[in-house]
Amino acid sequence: MTAPTVAPAEVSPQGAAMTGSPGQARAAWGMLAPNLLLIGVFLAGPLAWAFAMAFQDKRSFGKGTWSGLDNLSRLFGDDVFWRALLNTAIFTAATVPVGVLLGLGLALLMNKALPGRGVFRTIVYLPIVVSSLVTSLVGLLLFDESVGIINGILRDLGLADVSWQSDGALAMTSVVVMTLWSRIGFSMVIYIAALQDVDPQVIEAAEVDGARAWQVTRRVVVPLLRPTTFFLVLVNLIWSFQVFDVVYVMTNGGPGYSTTMLVTYAYDEGFGPARNFGYGATVGVVLFVIIGALTLLQLRRNARAEA
Amino acid sequence: MSRPVRYAICILVALIFVLPLLAMVVIAFTPRESILDDGASLWSGDWTLANFSGLFGQFPVWRWFGNALLVASLTTALSVVVNLLGGYALAKLRFRGRSTVLLVVLGTLVVPVQVVMIPQFELVARLGLVGFFWAVILPSASTALGLFLARQFFIDFPDEIVEAARVDGCTTLQAFRRVVVPNARPLVAVMTLLAFMAQWNDFLWPLITLRDPDLYTLPVALRLLQTAYDNDYGGIMAMALLSSLPLVLMFVVLQRYFVAGISRSGIR
Repeated sequence: MTAPTVAPAEVSPQGAAMTGSPGQARAAWGMLAPNLLLIGVFLAGPLAWAFAMAFQDKRSFGKGTWSGLDNLSRLFGDDVFWRALLNTAIFTAATVPVGVLLGLGLALLMNKALPGRGVFRTIVYLPIVVSSLVTSLVGLLLFDESVGIINGILRDLGLADVSWQSDGALAMTSVVVMTLWSRIGFSMVIYIAALQDVDPQVIEAAEVDGARAWQVTRRVVVPLLRPTTFFLVLVNLIWSFQVFDVVYVMTNGGPGYSTTMLVTYAYDEGFGPARNFGYGATVGVVLFVIIGALTLLQLRRNARAEA
Repeated sequence: MSRPVRYAICILVALIFVLPLLAMVVIAFTPRESILDDGASLWSGDWTLANFSGLFGQFPVWRWFGNALLVASLTTALSVVVNLLGGYALAKLRFRGRSTVLLVVLGTLVVPVQVVMIPQFELVARLGLVGFFWAVILPSASTALGLFLARQFFIDFPDEIVEAARVDGCTTLQAFRRVVVPNARPLVAVMTLLAFMAQWNDFLWPLITLRDPDLYTLPVALRLLQTAYDNDYGGIMAMALLSSLPLVLMFVVLQRYFVAGISRSGIR
């Protein structure tokens, strides 16, 4: 048994100096080892490998041949890649702001006492637990052009069918709708948790001063929630850029390429009939670089805003 | 906003949110013929259990259920232990390289799974794990989100408690096991819930690595059914309902801990 080596000053959280006692460093690395081993072997290793594959002509398991910048130059001239990039950007623009804002709106709506509030909250949370696969299958059931529920309802109302699957823009809409359905509950949970930390007196004081409820919300509460909003925008941004399951199952990128996203394209190139591992990896690596850059940009903006 | 207006909006929102789930349940009990003839409808009035009996008659549904339970439980157990240890080290212990480790771990959050899938598959194949549950469990056991969650929780953990244990002669690890973990129940609850959920719902990676239908988990089988049962929404929704039910029940029961855990863990 080692003697206690930690002086009180050393245990302070997030200290500026990073050197603890050698014993503590040993314990720390020991505790981190299982984690780092798993991340290193199953994530960092494959990621580095994917980077290498982007510069190879590789169409089967085993060794590929180095091909320099061939994949990258093909990428820049590839219309489908640019289409997938555009689609991913459109999808992100359609899901992130709306998803976060609706989450905030619902959190504010359901934060105050209301009969049956618990039931309402549970209903909005529930999609979180439903898997993306089930969400997508239900999406198919709702938006199926011939036997789907939504067109059935429209028909019952005497309205014309809507071509959710054969029209590109409408197909994109259906994917966006199902994504929002599955995500808003998460934003709401996080916002509700954050709202519990907002001092009720802040709100009351503002209301006594004669400010109207909406103004209090906008000028006082929303700015106080800034760190939460930052977190949610970042997470939603990453999720949207990585969108796969919903598209893969609901539209498989179609009709044509109108819902093809970067990840579904990378997957199709690698695992689809093309079996072009090198090119699939190139698309993926470019996507990774884009997400990384966006994340850093967001982090820097946040740091500047907080300074 | 007046109270009745707020109430009306809540009801409207609830209706919109519940519609897809309602559709799943109704169609799971609607006869196949009725969907093919008249389209799927929320008020067809035809009820049947045939979709379910068809599933259980044709497929080893219980086996898939058991597989899913086993894989999700093992992954969850491993991931909670690994992330608790790592998160504590990142939050409370001081050592050179700590911020670098944190940055690298957070960096893995932006890696899309599908991008590393090909090399990951080659790796798992070389390790001889294809066709075994370990191929699914090991790569998903360490999650950046879980590690980050644990770290955020432990940062707020009172140092006095740890110090007291150290004064009593505990090593770092002993203090962690005897004092820290027992006081981290809300964290463990939310980590368990999140890890179990993620693993239970995963379908693409298990589909690629498990290979043998006898090893499939419910969601993997669901994806397979979708391709096999083209357009048979009754059968697909019955299976979707079966695969979602355990999590929905678990969530409704544990919801309180989930929300409390998230708010205490500081992901906000």
